[in-house]
Amino acid sequence: METFYYLVQQMMFFTVPLLIVALGGMFSERSGIVNVALEGIMIFGAFCSVLFLNFTQDFISGQFQLLLALLVAAASGALISLLHAYASVNMRANQVISGTAINLLAPAFAIYTARIIFGVQQIGFVNTFRIAKVPILGDIPFIGPMFFQKCYITTYLGFIILAISYVVLYKTRFGLRLRACGEHPQAADSVGINVYKMRYAGTIISGILGGIGGLVFIVPVTTQFNASVAGYGFLALAVLIFGNWKPIPILWAALFFGMMKTLSAAYSGIPFLLNLGIPNVVFKVIPYIATLVVLAFTSKNSAAPRAEGVPYDKGQR
Amino acid sequence: MNKLTEKKPRRFGTITLNISFLSAIMAVCAGLLLGLLVLLCTNASQAFPAFKTILFTPITGGRRQLGQVLYFATPLICTGLSVGFAFKTGLFNIGASGQFTLGAYAAIVTGVYCGFFGGVHWVVCLAFAALAGALWGSIPGLLKAYYNVNEVITSIMLNYTSMYIVNYLIVKTCYNQLKNQSANVLESALIPKFGLNRLFPGSSVGGGIIIAVLAAIAIYVLLEKTTFGYELKAVGLSRDAAKYAGINEKRGIVLSMAISGALSGLGGGLVYLAGAGKNFNVVEVLLMEGMDGISVALLGLSHPIGVLFAGLFFGWITVGGFNMQLYSFAPEIVDVISSTIIYFAACSLMFRGIIESMRGGKKQGAAVATATPAPTAPPDTAPAADSEAKEKGGAL
Repeated sequence: METFYYLVQQMMFFTVPLLIVALGGMFSERSGIVNVALEGIMIFGAFCSVLFLNFTQDFISGQFQLLLALLVAAASGALISLLHAYASVNMRANQVISGTAINLLAPAFAIYTARIIFGVQQIGFVNTFRIAKVPILGDIPFIGPMFFQKCYITTYLGFIILAISYVVLYKTRFGLRLRACGEHPQAADSVGINVYKMRYAGTIISGILGGIGGLVFIVPVTTQFNASVAGYGFLALAVLIFGNWKPIPILWAALFFGMMKTLSAAYSGIPFLLNLGIPNVVFKVIPYIATLVVLAFTSKNSAAPRAEGVPYDKGQR
Repeated sequence: MNKLTEKKPRRFGTITLNISFLSAIMAVCAGLLLGLLVLLCTNASQAFPAFKTILFTPITGGRRQLGQVLYFATPLICTGLSVGFAFKTGLFNIGASGQFTLGAYAAIVTGVYCGFFGGVHWVVCLAFAALAGALWGSIPGLLKAYYNVNEVITSIMLNYTSMYIVNYLIVKTCYNQLKNQSANVLESALIPKFGLNRLFPGSSVGGGIIIAVLAAIAIYVLLEKTTFGYELKAVGLSRDAAKYAGINEKRGIVLSMAISGALSGLGGGLVYLAGAGKNFNVVEVLLMEGMDGISVALLGLSHPIGVLFAGLFFGWITVGGFNMQLYSFAPEIVDVISSTIIYFAACSLMFRGIIESMRGGKKQGAAVATATPAPTAPPDTAPAADSEAKEKGGAL
């Protein structure tokens, strides 16, 4: 039973960042901007906020510091996503190329700056954020050990973001307009929606969530940030596609991918899995292969936003 | 289709090509300026000597440094050709990294085990590298041709898949546990130096650069002088029109991706058989050569000869970046510069606007309306695709 609780706790560490970042990508893609820059945004957000943790660890600690760091991560993610938005909306650039540029820029910038400041590319921080046990809730049998012991507030943040995303996307005027811009920007424009503004909004939201996701990924797994989020940005892109660009399916996809990641990471410690004789690599590649298979079989009636990746030009109505 | 051969659009094309060329140059300048700015912000007193080192090391450092430029340029030219060839045929091969990785593995494993080929061993290794890249590259091609799945997403997924699979295979088949990297390949698998080691003493350059240049020439001939290349380009311009003209467009897409993958795979082979003491490290990081191929292709305007020079340029600043470490700057400044160059290349519209306004001409308005290499634009956006096709058709 201890192993099971451990696995669930681990799974949350892998799932929640995927969930947050994929939801971010959802806002951008539903507004019509392809966002392969998620990896770069995560790295930049994680870099700025870990730098913040490192600089402030002498004065503050605990949940307050983590909350401030999350704000820093959100702000820095939004900042770098502006680059992508500017290229994609104003410059009508190829969005994949612009995203690739950001993916290359973010780690290069992070390593360069870290080496200038610290001499090495790793940035350390002190992890004072782990909650041993949430009062009351942690004592509930079964559910308590799974979700409310040895956890981080970021886990709950992920689910709060999920709820808010769902409401914003489906229950508000803003969400409806955003989706319209991704499906048929010309029609949206004809009824007075500012397509450029909506696309900026979508991309900036993806930047905010991407930046937060970067920090959320780093905090539980390491105390040394090494200018990398281990391909989680691209995995989040896969989650987004697997989840059909919709919030609730994205949650299931993130859980599935998180489970696979947990199995490949905790594999050697679980006798049951070792006895199956499946090589570790299988768990590592299943998320990617599964995405390929799903794409192949759903392409005929794909739920991808129709105007995704097409620059909007007012003159072409 | 006639537009490809008519005289008028061709003239029109040379003008747009010049504009693309100028905007590529401006992207480079903007990238370098930003690099200088970052250096100035870091340490103003050392910034200018360091910047000079980046730009002029290969000239001041003698033949050894020039040889290093060629060595670093070799894989970049291959992956640049790979991405550029895909662009020319209307595909975005962001999966060069994965194809490169598999090519590297194929070359290493044949290099370790197949010594019985004797004198042609290295040729066999390179052939397997290209074949592995081609097979891996044809997966996104097949998915695109038969299931209409966007090749960008599938190639990204395959990049990570190949990274995990190759790491696993290396550990299983040809592993040097002590150094956590691939075992050394046999002497006979190393590419001959063809005298380049005497021309550039002390550098790591070998026959790889010659093979890369030959590949560029081969791709140029294939694209510009053969019916097959013409067909592939036609599929890239408009899948439906090509089908209507009697071209097997599905086969075209798959073969384009396979050729593109073969070039990346070849690049992987060239790196790990160069005999420069480089082995495949078993770490969970995508190989950068593949991603840099995108920059090289963009800067080289996807033209094989342009890619050749763009690859040399990136090799050049890489060597400069290494030497710049003397001034206590991190060499990653080169990556900052090159990613900025891609960003500005993506925003080439801005430069085109500047050039246009300098010329004062509004004649090319239609061609300028679309950003340079936008192969991902679906064909159903009629006006955009049309003007893009005109522009590309002319520039080809």
